Amino acid sequence: MNSEDLIEEFRGRILERKPLCIRGGGSKDFYGGPPAGAVLDTRAHAGIVSYEPTELVITVRCGTPFAELESALAARQQFLACEPPRFGGATVGGAIAAGLSGPRRAAVGSLRDFVLGVKLMDGEGRVHRFGGEVMKNVAGFDVSRLLTGSLGTLGLILEVSLKVLPLPPGDASLRFEMPQDKALEALNRWAGQPLPLAASCWQDGVLTLRLAGAMAAVRAAGERLGGETLPVHEAAAFWDGLREQTTAFFAAAEGGAALWRLSLPSVAPPLDLPGAQLIEWGGAQRWLRIDASPDSQREAAARAGGHATLFRGGDKAAGVFTPPAPPLMEVHRRLKQHFDPYGVFNPGRLYPEF
Amino acid sequence: MTQRLHSAEAPQDFSGTHRAALIAELARLLPAPSLLHADEDLKPYECDGLSAYRQLPLAVALPETEAQVIGVLKACAAAGVPVVPRGAGTGLSAGALPHPQGVVLSLAKMKKILHVDPVARVAVVQPGVRNLAISEVAAAYGLYYAPDPSSQIACSIGGNVAENSGGVHCLKYGLTVHNVLRVRAVLMNGDVVEFGNHALDAPGYDLLALAIGSEGMLAVVTEVTVKLVPKPELAQVIMASFDDVMKAGEAVAAVIAAGIIPAGLEMMDKPATAAVEPYVKAGYDLNAAAILLCESDGTAEEVAEEIGRMKAVLETSGATEIRVSASEAERLRFWAGRKAAFPAAGRISPDYYCMDGTIPRKRLGEMLTAIAAMEKKYGLRCINVFHAGDGNLHPLILYDANVPGELERTEAFGAEILKLSVDLGGTITGEHGVGYEKINSMCDQFGSDELRLFHAVKSSFDPQGLLNPEKGVPTLHRCAEFGRMHVHGGQLKFPELERL
Repeated sequence: MNSEDLIEEFRGRILERKPLCIRGGGSKDFYGGPPAGAVLDTRAHAGIVSYEPTELVITVRCGTPFAELESALAARQQFLACEPPRFGGATVGGAIAAGLSGPRRAAVGSLRDFVLGVKLMDGEGRVHRFGGEVMKNVAGFDVSRLLTGSLGTLGLILEVSLKVLPLPPGDASLRFEMPQDKALEALNRWAGQPLPLAASCWQDGVLTLRLAGAMAAVRAAGERLGGETLPVHEAAAFWDGLREQTTAFFAAAEGGAALWRLSLPSVAPPLDLPGAQLIEWGGAQRWLRIDASPDSQREAAARAGGHATLFRGGDKAAGVFTPPAPPLMEVHRRLKQHFDPYGVFNPGRLYPEF
Repeated sequence: MTQRLHSAEAPQDFSGTHRAALIAELARLLPAPSLLHADEDLKPYECDGLSAYRQLPLAVALPETEAQVIGVLKACAAAGVPVVPRGAGTGLSAGALPHPQGVVLSLAKMKKILHVDPVARVAVVQPGVRNLAISEVAAAYGLYYAPDPSSQIACSIGGNVAENSGGVHCLKYGLTVHNVLRVRAVLMNGDVVEFGNHALDAPGYDLLALAIGSEGMLAVVTEVTVKLVPKPELAQVIMASFDDVMKAGEAVAAVIAAGIIPAGLEMMDKPATAAVEPYVKAGYDLNAAAILLCESDGTAEEVAEEIGRMKAVLETSGATEIRVSASEAERLRFWAGRKAAFPAAGRISPDYYCMDGTIPRKRLGEMLTAIAAMEKKYGLRCINVFHAGDGNLHPLILYDANVPGELERTEAFGAEILKLSVDLGGTITGEHGVGYEKINSMCDQFGSDELRLFHAVKSSFDPQGLLNPEKGVPTLHRCAEFGRMHVHGGQLKFPELERL
């Protein structure tokens, strides 16, 4: 089926005004409120629409496997620096809808920072184009970035244009033995210095640091910071395992214990909570494998100035995401009402209210 | 009074405002020096940085506290009176142009730097704080605030949030949206909200991204948390000359293709360097058809490596002369010329009109050729400076407002450049905003469905449609009136009817 026919088919489904569960590769079925409604499979709407390496922009259809996007970029020595997880068979549309970013997020920005434009079908089957393929664009409200991380609740993302970057020529990973408080202190201190930091991960008294940038800068920083240098292949496998959550820490959560994601100011002190912890993003993202009540995580996160998400497993009855304050919840409801007046898209996936 | 709710179709009628009652109510909420309503006091607020558009408001409120902001907004909401937020008034799209039946809400008195945390690398500031003042206070810790619009000495952070301001370093360091963590704001109904937080993300929809660049149409900013980043150890700039503008454009693409993201990458054409040089004495090559300024920053090792790579690419691309800044003083001199382009235009012409389209970099040559043809068509000169690295153009059209018809010809010239920017796959505004100035050009870039949804976004925050009305997003009535309403890619207003 060609792209036009597919879009007509999507429109036909949407105009039935019955709940739809927008689904790409299904790699994030576990994420958010329980999927509800008839599945609208986006995978046939696939392919790279345009890719201009010298413009640093790629435009792809929603059903394109994320891995296909990445190999097209890698062939031209470029990449999507925020490294959204693939979790197996993720599609580009699913990645945008979930809005998740990978290990480099603190250094390079989040997925929404790389979104330049979106083609969207709303709840009345109308197609809109927001943003575009240029780096700077302030015409109209920034709906493209609003859609990133909206879990498909505002509409069907048909196409997306993303900013891409050249692969950094220098890349090295260092390892340090360090307790959590010292690691947090060091990460925040280093982040205030002109160092080519790319990613960090602390777990069980070991801090792993990724440096990326100009060869000379990576070399000089490596000499200055010390630590043990990881062999190239081991380092690549480590960061990939972290991004895909296939390392032992995350695998253990698959076995039943709830996996919580706490998004906090990077300077928040070590959390006084039970359960195993893994810290990314220079201290700003903390993973907790825990079986305690959701309240303790949410309260701890709020006290530290952040928020907690029940990322995987556990009991979703008490809510997955922290609800916004009442005036902002009202803005959420109104936006949902305007984009999707018949409540077609992914009901309950973000908040039970809509 | 009863107030019709905001609608996408036609403008609202605000003619029922009772001025004396409104001023009496505001006088109850604000200390005397914070309320202006005599004509001579209102005069300085009749325009922003785009002085071609002028209008006196009913009153100007200058609150000193968030509580006063809430008071003013609630009073105006109750009376159905439009509110136009204003920062430093340096905007270039008439976004702060007063509404004839409205109140200007200036945040200029809220200018405290509340908190700088060098460990967390954030600064919490009030909206009236100047962009450069943040970097000045952060300098003690080796940190700075990255976005540097050329008005940074005067423009305020609240205004930067409203416009999603950029600058000459945004290809590498991003725009305001990439450098702000949290915005505290007041909705038109007086509710205080926080978009974002001191973590790297917030739950729910990304309303922070939506608020940034919303041109004062969604909420009034009362506090901003910005990210501070480490100051690079060293910066060096290459000045490269080209005997052909197209070659300079191709060199820009070649630098990017080589896998380099320069800290800054700017282009000036010959008329622009000729205007600037006598004024700034930057040492530009006046024989060149165009010059590129290409900056590298980072550690000493990194800069040496990158400057070497950039030089090689520029030479291969046909640069006729290459100079690398030998000292910080020389680097600043090279940049001084670029940053003085606007005042230099003001020296050689009674008036000038700055455009702000963005196009894909590869279309630069076409755009320049078209602008040269438009100069003949409209009988006006244009000098060109570009943020070449991100395709953002600032053609400066030179005119004399005292010559009858010249302003109108200038506006038509500008509108044609913007239309072409859209046709070449770009946008009518890269960083200056739509404001009042480019509102008709929005009808070129967007169809009725998108415009309706933009209005819906606005009404989600401001159902009464009182915050900066008639800016940013045109009504469908306005677009129809200008005869520009177009249909996007065969997609009609009512697809469900079309299918029958």
